Amino acid sequence: MPYPKAAMTVDGPRGEPGRPPRSTTRDLERYAGLFATRTQGLRSSAMRDLMAVTARPEIISLAGGLPDTSTFSPALLGSLMRTVAEEASARALQYGPTEGLEEVKACIVEVMAEEDMRVDPDDLLVTAGGQQVIDLVCRTLLDPGDVVIAEGPTYPGAVPSLLAFQADVRQIPTDDDGMRIDALEETLAGLDREGRRPKFIYTIPSFQNPGGMTMSLERRRRLVAIAREREVLILEDNPYGLLRYEGDPQPTLRSLDGGDYVIYLGTFSKILSPGLRLGWTTAPRPILDKLNVGKQGADLCSSTFGQHFVAAYFAAQDWRAYLGTLVALYRRRRDAMLAALDEHLPPEATWTRPRGGLFIWARLPDYLDTTDLLARALREQVAFVPGRAAYLDGRGGSELRLNFSGVTEEDIHEGVRRIGRIVGEQVAMYSTLTGLEPVRPVSRETGDSAGGAGRVVPFHVKRRAG
Amino acid sequence: MKVVVLKGGRSLERSVSLKSGARVEDALERLGHDVVGIDAGADLVDRLEAERPDVAFVAMHGREGEDGTVQELLELVGVPYTASGPSACIRCADKVLAKHLMRDAGVPTPDFHAFSETAFRELGAARALPAIEERLEFPIVVKPASGGSALGIKFAADAGAVPPALVAAFSYDAKVLLEAHIEGRDLAVSVLDGPDGPQALPVVEAIPRDAGPYDFEARYEIGRTAFTCPADLDAATTQEAQALALRVYELFGCYGFARVDLMLDTAANALFVLEVNAIPGLTETSLLPQAAEAAGVGFDELVARVLELARDRSVA
Repeated sequence: MPYPKAAMTVDGPRGEPGRPPRSTTRDLERYAGLFATRTQGLRSSAMRDLMAVTARPEIISLAGGLPDTSTFSPALLGSLMRTVAEEASARALQYGPTEGLEEVKACIVEVMAEEDMRVDPDDLLVTAGGQQVIDLVCRTLLDPGDVVIAEGPTYPGAVPSLLAFQADVRQIPTDDDGMRIDALEETLAGLDREGRRPKFIYTIPSFQNPGGMTMSLERRRRLVAIAREREVLILEDNPYGLLRYEGDPQPTLRSLDGGDYVIYLGTFSKILSPGLRLGWTTAPRPILDKLNVGKQGADLCSSTFGQHFVAAYFAAQDWRAYLGTLVALYRRRRDAMLAALDEHLPPEATWTRPRGGLFIWARLPDYLDTTDLLARALREQVAFVPGRAAYLDGRGGSELRLNFSGVTEEDIHEGVRRIGRIVGEQVAMYSTLTGLEPVRPVSRETGDSAGGAGRVVPFHVKRRAG
Repeated sequence: MKVVVLKGGRSLERSVSLKSGARVEDALERLGHDVVGIDAGADLVDRLEAERPDVAFVAMHGREGEDGTVQELLELVGVPYTASGPSACIRCADKVLAKHLMRDAGVPTPDFHAFSETAFRELGAARALPAIEERLEFPIVVKPASGGSALGIKFAADAGAVPPALVAAFSYDAKVLLEAHIEGRDLAVSVLDGPDGPQALPVVEAIPRDAGPYDFEARYEIGRTAFTCPADLDAATTQEAQALALRVYELFGCYGFARVDLMLDTAANALFVLEVNAIPGLTETSLLPQAAEAAGVGFDELVARVLELARDRSVA
């Protein structure tokens, strides 16, 4: 395989050093020949072009997934940095153990206890955010073509990892009570017939990203039982569990299972700061050991500096109080978004009513394509995430994700108003084209059958005003 | 020479434009020019007046960059700029106008009908849809009147797919085009001006690798589409494609460079012009630089030539 030498030589008439020419078409073709086969699933897309525009400052972006870090006191940040410098300078600047610093593990034990989980510090691996856990689990468990079960919709950020490791992803439909276990059982039975078994089931049971829904206790119990019965692992992604705005906390899958079949993923991103890039996992011992080896290969250890910062923060501050501030703020923003949706979206649209987390998931009539809608929305200076980003199989074309945590109430209202207006226009245009009257809202009594999972709350259907 | 490179902007092709712009900037620096990149925004006129460049290299694609808006502004502030002027840009960017001009001039282009949102809203154009569908035959391509990428372009395989495709296209523009689909090969002929007038460059063929026949997106992604240049065509077809491209280039009054997209109907062995891009992509995977390379014109030379032409026009 010839290496692209041309890209490394200077061919301009002046041949000035310091600014090598960009590669030519032929070089790109040569580079393309060097890429691993598994990268071919990683597509750039029209959607990425659209998302490039959402970052512009004049756009009200409901497309992000950002915690509001402006709520953290800069003075506190400064004093914590000083503490780290004064008390642990040399250690903070040094490599650390792959599994993480003991001081941080103690903080993690405390955070997990808040959700009624008991964990031995020796069973923890500190990672570069929760995201690294997803990557490490894929790296550790997947051979090309292995089946992974995920929710539909699933966390868009997990998609690149799943694709990179060439997973055969089966997405299970969800409703307001989370993953539909009856549909999961059907999929598993179908796989049985093919003689296949999923390597793991990936789920965000609480305040799901992007769906906003929370898995009911009944379904959690069944899911854990299924994993046990079939000896299938669950990857429980729980970044938002503590961002609860109403309702009772649900036990985590890990606490229901005791840790035999659950790989648990937690993070400091949503309770402290995503910029620290610190998360963690706890998993059955043989898996944890393999994840540790994987992490050694990936990055040796997570930022020691960041870990010292976390330790200093937990020592000096009441982390629960800051969490309380965030919960109060995000609750107001969620309420603002729900009110705006009620006011501005046409009756054809439905959306989830999350009891926590950062996101609302909306469904429009299936004749509307939210990727195209985003192009229109951008002209009105507002952005969201088109639903296709949350599926690997092309579904989600009429769905969209809205973030409320990183946007002011004023912008939420204005952003939703603009989205509502263009959706209304498109619904009207479709009606004109088909000669149909816009659909009247129907009050659905139940969602799809949940196989005896108890009451199924339908996606919120807007009441018609007046 | 002091050259500003205009790139980015608010268009949906912003990311491609940023890549085109960066590549042009590098070439200009290698050519020894004093280069300033400008991401076109609300301060564009101020920036131009502050920088007082000798020439502006327009590396913007799509709305505002390719539709004559920026060119009009550059004329106003009196900065010479690369490639086509406002009127040619308008003719290229508005696919409906372009199709009409081609049809009137006898340039073969797929049969089409165009409508505005108002026609549907206020003039009951929806009633005409069945007749259109009958005339164009399925599958029909539905596209917004403006926009240079795959965004908003949809195939309608049957009557039921037309209304959602129209709604999607209206997301991008108030005017849409329903066009007969040509089954065949995807060709592009770039035209580059020079001392001896415009020259058609070798034909590029785009061959989707793992995409369905109706997957427009594949065309724009590295690795998903293979490009052959020169395309594997017989001499007569190559000549005809190049002659058609030149004819349209002159019909629209283009200047500097442009890219003409065509379809070769394999069954009828006939060529059809789809559209003209007044400011085609200049990235590593873009078709115009590939064609220039195949003709022995490297990227730096391409940039130098286009810049030269911009200066000549301002002098003339």
